[in-house]
Amino acid sequence: MKPCNYHDARRGFLKKSAAIAALYLTPSSLIKAFAIDRVVPTPIAKEKLTITLNGKLLNLEIDARTTILNLLREELNFTGTKKGCEMGQCGACTIHINGKRTKSCMQLAVANQNNKITTIEGLTNSEVLHPMQAAFLKHDAFQCGYCTSGQIMSAVACVREGQAKSRDAIKNYMDTNICRCGAYQNIVDAIEEVAKTGIKI
Amino acid sequence: MNKKNTKSIFWEDERVDGADKVTGKAKYTAEHNLPNLAYAVFVTSNIAKGTIKNIDTSKALALNGVLDVIYFANCPAVPGYNTNAADRPKNVTEWRGHKVLYDNKVRFFGQPIALVVADSFENANAAIRFIKPEYEAEAFETNFDKARLNPANLKPAVTYKRGSDTEVKAAASVEAEFNIPIEVHNPMELQATIAYWEAEDKLLLYDKTQGPKSTQGLMARTFGLPEKNVRVIAENVGGAFGSSLRSWSNVPAACIAAKKLNRPVKLVITRPQMFSLIGYRPQAWQKVKIAANAEGNFLSINHEAISNTSRYEDFREGIVDVSKFLYACENVNTKYSILPLDLSTPIWMRGPGEATGCFALESAIDELSYKLKMDPIALRIKNFTAINPENKLPFSDINLKACYDYGMEKIGWKNRPSVPGTLKENGMLIGYGMAVGVFGAGKGAASVRAVLSNDGKLLLECAVSDMGPGTTTSMSKIAAEAMQMPITKIKFKLGDSDLPPGPSQGGSGTTSTVGSAVDLACKTLQLRLKELAIGNAPGFNALTTDALEVKNEMVLSKADASKNIDIVSLLKLAKQDKIDLTINSTGKTPEQLKFTSNSFSSHYVKLAVNPKDGKIKVLQVVTTGDAGKIISPKTARSQMLGGVVGGIGMALTEKLEIDHTTGQIMNASFGAYHVPLHSQIPQIDAWFVNKPDMNVNDIGAKGIGEIALIGFAAAVANAVYNATGKRVRDLPITPDKLGFAKAKA
Repeated sequence: MKPCNYHDARRGFLKKSAAIAALYLTPSSLIKAFAIDRVVPTPIAKEKLTITLNGKLLNLEIDARTTILNLLREELNFTGTKKGCEMGQCGACTIHINGKRTKSCMQLAVANQNNKITTIEGLTNSEVLHPMQAAFLKHDAFQCGYCTSGQIMSAVACVREGQAKSRDAIKNYMDTNICRCGAYQNIVDAIEEVAKTGIKI
Repeated sequence: MNKKNTKSIFWEDERVDGADKVTGKAKYTAEHNLPNLAYAVFVTSNIAKGTIKNIDTSKALALNGVLDVIYFANCPAVPGYNTNAADRPKNVTEWRGHKVLYDNKVRFFGQPIALVVADSFENANAAIRFIKPEYEAEAFETNFDKARLNPANLKPAVTYKRGSDTEVKAAASVEAEFNIPIEVHNPMELQATIAYWEAEDKLLLYDKTQGPKSTQGLMARTFGLPEKNVRVIAENVGGAFGSSLRSWSNVPAACIAAKKLNRPVKLVITRPQMFSLIGYRPQAWQKVKIAANAEGNFLSINHEAISNTSRYEDFREGIVDVSKFLYACENVNTKYSILPLDLSTPIWMRGPGEATGCFALESAIDELSYKLKMDPIALRIKNFTAINPENKLPFSDINLKACYDYGMEKIGWKNRPSVPGTLKENGMLIGYGMAVGVFGAGKGAASVRAVLSNDGKLLLECAVSDMGPGTTTSMSKIAAEAMQMPITKIKFKLGDSDLPPGPSQGGSGTTSTVGSAVDLACKTLQLRLKELAIGNAPGFNALTTDALEVKNEMVLSKADASKNIDIVSLLKLAKQDKIDLTINSTGKTPEQLKFTSNSFSSHYVKLAVNPKDGKIKVLQVVTTGDAGKIISPKTARSQMLGGVVGGIGMALTEKLEIDHTTGQIMNASFGAYHVPLHSQIPQIDAWFVNKPDMNVNDIGAKGIGEIALIGFAAAVANAVYNATGKRVRDLPITPDKLGFAKAKA
């Protein structure tokens, strides 16, 4: 994954969304003309899905419309992955798909046939904390804890991808993950410490 | 035991619930699974004001998995919704205006008008677009800047006057207007409720709330139930900053649906809905006038403010209050009015009104310092008072001077140019700014249960909540110190209305209020242990409780430490499997009320402004807190860092935008409402005076949450002025307001 410059991304987003905004701002009388007047097929199609979740092979039958985020949280009871916006903007739902950090709210589950999915629950399969989890704990890199799973999954990817070469590089990479409690400085401290140890995570 | 050991055993500094949070094990409201759970989603209005004539739900009801669409025509009776005062349960102050799902009035754009309930989240969401409301729209007003100009639109003002309001002869004065936009809390966890009627008259709620007791009480009254029949669980709260201080429409809506369908219902509001359904910091206009003599003594302060509320509820906060007491000044006039608009109701947001007020006051003082050619810190010291001039009581403790010393040193205040716009580094304009924050340090009533088991473990319980500051950790530390026992043997349980009553978490009051109760519970427990030792332990019967102490999990004689018995053996000897007690801690004592108590802060900012395009980069921050004894240094520091981050957002990026032609919020997403990100945060140095204030409570600790933010936006604005010579009085300070040439696209 290439490093993300959030500010450029934001500008791009704003340009692209101008057209969408125009639709939003249309008076409600005009919106009515656009109202979709069709009925979704009943019953909703169920799809078969095979994934490897935290090392375990799962054969599932799922609603074709469900996202990986909702599959994890509502069907499989893997609630460590958090829902913060469902718009790909906050990063609370960050997981690893085939080793790449991914916002799970932006992923239809059916599009992930045979993919390997790792969530915060699968970061380590021992009773000992993963080095990044331990560093977050040591540096108090969270307060309410709600963005933490996503921050940690992004942080692990940051180090694995070699993007943790400086504090500024870490910050740029981590701009995908919002922390409203404002633990940013401690998060960067945690990532920097793990990166400096040079251990393979 | 020597001090070094005490430190290593009693002061493990990680959050006691931290491991659960870094492993994803901590459960937040929407994450509780109940059998046969149904999913509910709100359908919201797309007009700002009017009447719903009809809602066609037929197409939605025909869809796969849709169980019901609840709206005004089919909503079951809710006792608390009764409009006839005689029929309403007592004390239901809510739902007078906005009776969700029950009445057919639309009061703001995005108001819930119907609730779709389905067997899955996907099915519920799919149905929204098939629901067709018909409205009769009415004229509305959402434009604060326009509406405030007509005095007839304002609710009667609250005024305060001290001294004379005749024009005093001043050497220098500043008169300026300040504007703060609507800011939205936007905690990361979405507001959520799971409602389940365990019996016809017994309600179980998993709810995102800062006050399990407050939600319990309100829902009991709303549904006409005894309080004990309602249980509210809020084990972990994923941030709130004030937004979960009251029960919003999601709570009764989930209860209504669960009752109607006779199965548990989960209702999670969406991120866009988080911008209009759970409150916000109100928009505010302020006018501040300060006059001083040539020496810098303040001769008069006038502070006037207007903030918005909804059309259906009055919301006021302490915007002008700080001007009454923070500085020595004989003549003070304040005036505060609220302006109802066709928006949803605001709620306290971190630092509440004081953050709004301090932006204006602390900016105006900075402005005055330039007119007086005085250093702004020297000007503040000149007007320092140890006696609160409003109520004439001494501050229980105030150490702002120590804060100034630390901040000046660490930010490099000596490098601050006295003439603005004259310091450049690498082509950037550099500025330094500072400001002060203050917030009341209360202490309320709380009950705590302490259970010491014969395995030596101590359980403490209180129905408070922890939205992130680390209440579980600080309460455990208070108990560890009071009992002189390892924190690893202590568990503090919160977030459940079935526990002994505690306050809502808010107003920086939890540590003082609940901490005092924990301390009292531990002291009571120690007394019981001493009595138990005297009555049961060999060789103790001749001793009095005064001659004994409890530490290191033992009861021992003060005079002869070799006369001791460990707690576990003592309980076994006394044939007790536990000591179980509940204490009630009261508010401030008459002795404590002889003082006026506040926490104070000062913030220092060094920033760079690009003269080509006006872009601002905060380079360095020092923040200092004067909040009594710091119970948990690591989590307290994190709160200060968080206040700075929130303050940077308030100062530079955050503003809710409303389209006044439709009343719709235009930037209801993280993509368009800009909260601070990693790369916007510079190195922050957070420091505490850390001196116990024994005049406020027995633990000497005061709150931190609010002072971490209050004043910060002014420190940024003052630094921007110092860098550029441009005074921005309208937040957020975006590059366009600095008037530099626009950047080429």
